[in-house]
Amino acid sequence: MSIGVATEQRQFTPLMRLFHWLTAALVLTILGIGVAMVASLADYHRLVSIHRPLGILILIVVVIRFVNRHYSTLPPFPATMSPRERSVASASELFLYALLVVQPLVGWGMLSAASYPITLYGSTHLFPILPHNVMLYAVLRRAHTVLAYLLFLAFLAHFGAVLFHTWVVRDGTFSRMAPWRVRAP
Amino acid sequence: MPPAISATCAGNLWLTRLSDFEGKTSKHYSISDEGLQDLPDCRQVIARNSFQPVGAYSKFTPAVGQSHTELGKRPGASKLANTSHFGRLAGTAIVVLGVAGAFLYLGGWFSPQKLTPARFVDEFERVNGRYPGFRRNHAKGVCVKGFFESNGQGARLSKAVVFRTGRVPVIGRFSLGGGDPRASDELSTVRGLGLQFSLSGGEEWRTAMINLPVFPFKDPQAFYDNLVASEPDRNTHQPDPAKMAAFLANNPETARALAIIKTHAPSSGFDNSTFYGLHAFRFVDADGMWTPVRWTLAPVQPDEAASANGTSQDKNFLFDALIMSILQHPLQWHLIITVGQPGDPTNDATVPWPEGREQVDVGTLTLDSVESEETSPARDINFDPLVLPAGISPSDDPLLSARSAVFSQSFTRRAGEKKLPSAVTPSEVPK
Repeated sequence: MSIGVATEQRQFTPLMRLFHWLTAALVLTILGIGVAMVASLADYHRLVSIHRPLGILILIVVVIRFVNRHYSTLPPFPATMSPRERSVASASELFLYALLVVQPLVGWGMLSAASYPITLYGSTHLFPILPHNVMLYAVLRRAHTVLAYLLFLAFLAHFGAVLFHTWVVRDGTFSRMAPWRVRAP
Repeated sequence: MPPAISATCAGNLWLTRLSDFEGKTSKHYSISDEGLQDLPDCRQVIARNSFQPVGAYSKFTPAVGQSHTELGKRPGASKLANTSHFGRLAGTAIVVLGVAGAFLYLGGWFSPQKLTPARFVDEFERVNGRYPGFRRNHAKGVCVKGFFESNGQGARLSKAVVFRTGRVPVIGRFSLGGGDPRASDELSTVRGLGLQFSLSGGEEWRTAMINLPVFPFKDPQAFYDNLVASEPDRNTHQPDPAKMAAFLANNPETARALAIIKTHAPSSGFDNSTFYGLHAFRFVDADGMWTPVRWTLAPVQPDEAASANGTSQDKNFLFDALIMSILQHPLQWHLIITVGQPGDPTNDATVPWPEGREQVDVGTLTLDSVESEETSPARDINFDPLVLPAGISPSDDPLLSARSAVFSQSFTRRAGEKKLPSAVTPSEVPK
């Protein structure tokens, strides 16, 4: 079995894997910062000051990543996955991409609607993308929380599914995205 | 489901494809998992449900027969495999739940006693009452516009654009402490002035000042404890003096601050009030060197003894007088920067800095127009004291981050609520 199949075809391309793990680190960090900062008095300001530029960084990384994905060859799904599971997996990937683009935009939009300066670092700041309207701010602020929990649940499902495939079904799902190079068995 | 299948086997298969099993179409997948195939009971089922995928995917799919051969190398492993199979499944569940738990832990879900911005604002609402659409504190206010004319003297201390010689537009809001937007004006009520300086280049500097020379609370907990001690009693509708006495006994710094505040009798009105930034900040110069500073707004309007105005006043007498005077002539304040020395406390707003510290007049604030909240953008601005331009940074005062967090919470709550007209409007004042 599998003889003559190139390693590259079993794994995502090195660039895709780099983007994946970069996104994973950034998103887990920002989710942790986000949920901690809204409950914090002492660290609120420090955490918000990191949260803002991190969100914009994620927006940039995810857009580049999505473009890169479009021009890359994807490895096949593990054979253990039924067509239905494959479509669920593909749909959940798209859902994650969508969340990762929408969530920073909602954050940016909500700060705009609240008329906060969107400071990134020092005097560097972004332009507002929405007019000053606090009713709009209230809606977007709520949406930002709901989307954050959705994003975390989507991450848990993604993480849980990969763990399940790798540990229980043992079909080598993880190796497709492993940060290191995995040779064909 | 065929009755011959054992519970274990069914359980295992359920984990991968319950629907296929129960449905009529059971040919969507191939079985290549040795763990699964270690279960003899399942094999006949697997055989019936097996499917060899086509196309590219098949390259990676071991033939079913091949797997079975490999399986044969581990005879009698069924029970063991079963155990380890569930062990791995349990491991997966534990790891996922652990990550979810860590996330909730960070969010304070397991520490119901922790003082959070939401609990802080809840307490404000308990003490002050709840007035939807209005600020949870300093609810009664009127909005102003004007400009700040910098004389350039601040530029050696801070690289902030606002301290270069020139003029920046300012909007602001005068307010009285308390949560009731229709409370009667009292001379003794804390007066607030929130300002937003719009710097060229799009940066902003916001500051929330009051007319007390020092702040009565050294940290968020003391502030919160004071709120709790001020909760009106159910029967008397007044705060319990015993609780307040206990609070003061536990917070001697508050008693000391109140003694200082007592020596600064309130002036006759908003226009001749001195407003204090209270907290220490850091001014950062072009070389990155920082200096601890505090700031105050010193009125150009002459001080008047408050008692001269008498006591039997209209319920909006302070605001009406402010509106009247601003309609007659622009109001002005000097922005005075007090430069701290090494050793001056920067983390405790209850303690004034020693007399004789260098004071730099960095420019003049002019407020020349006034309007009610409904028409001004200032109503919908959060005068968060940590919206700072490059060149001004927070100090180590623990109240700064807490104020930022609580202001934000109050702002978010009122933002989504229906807005009612303010009690104060310039139209009620004869011009």
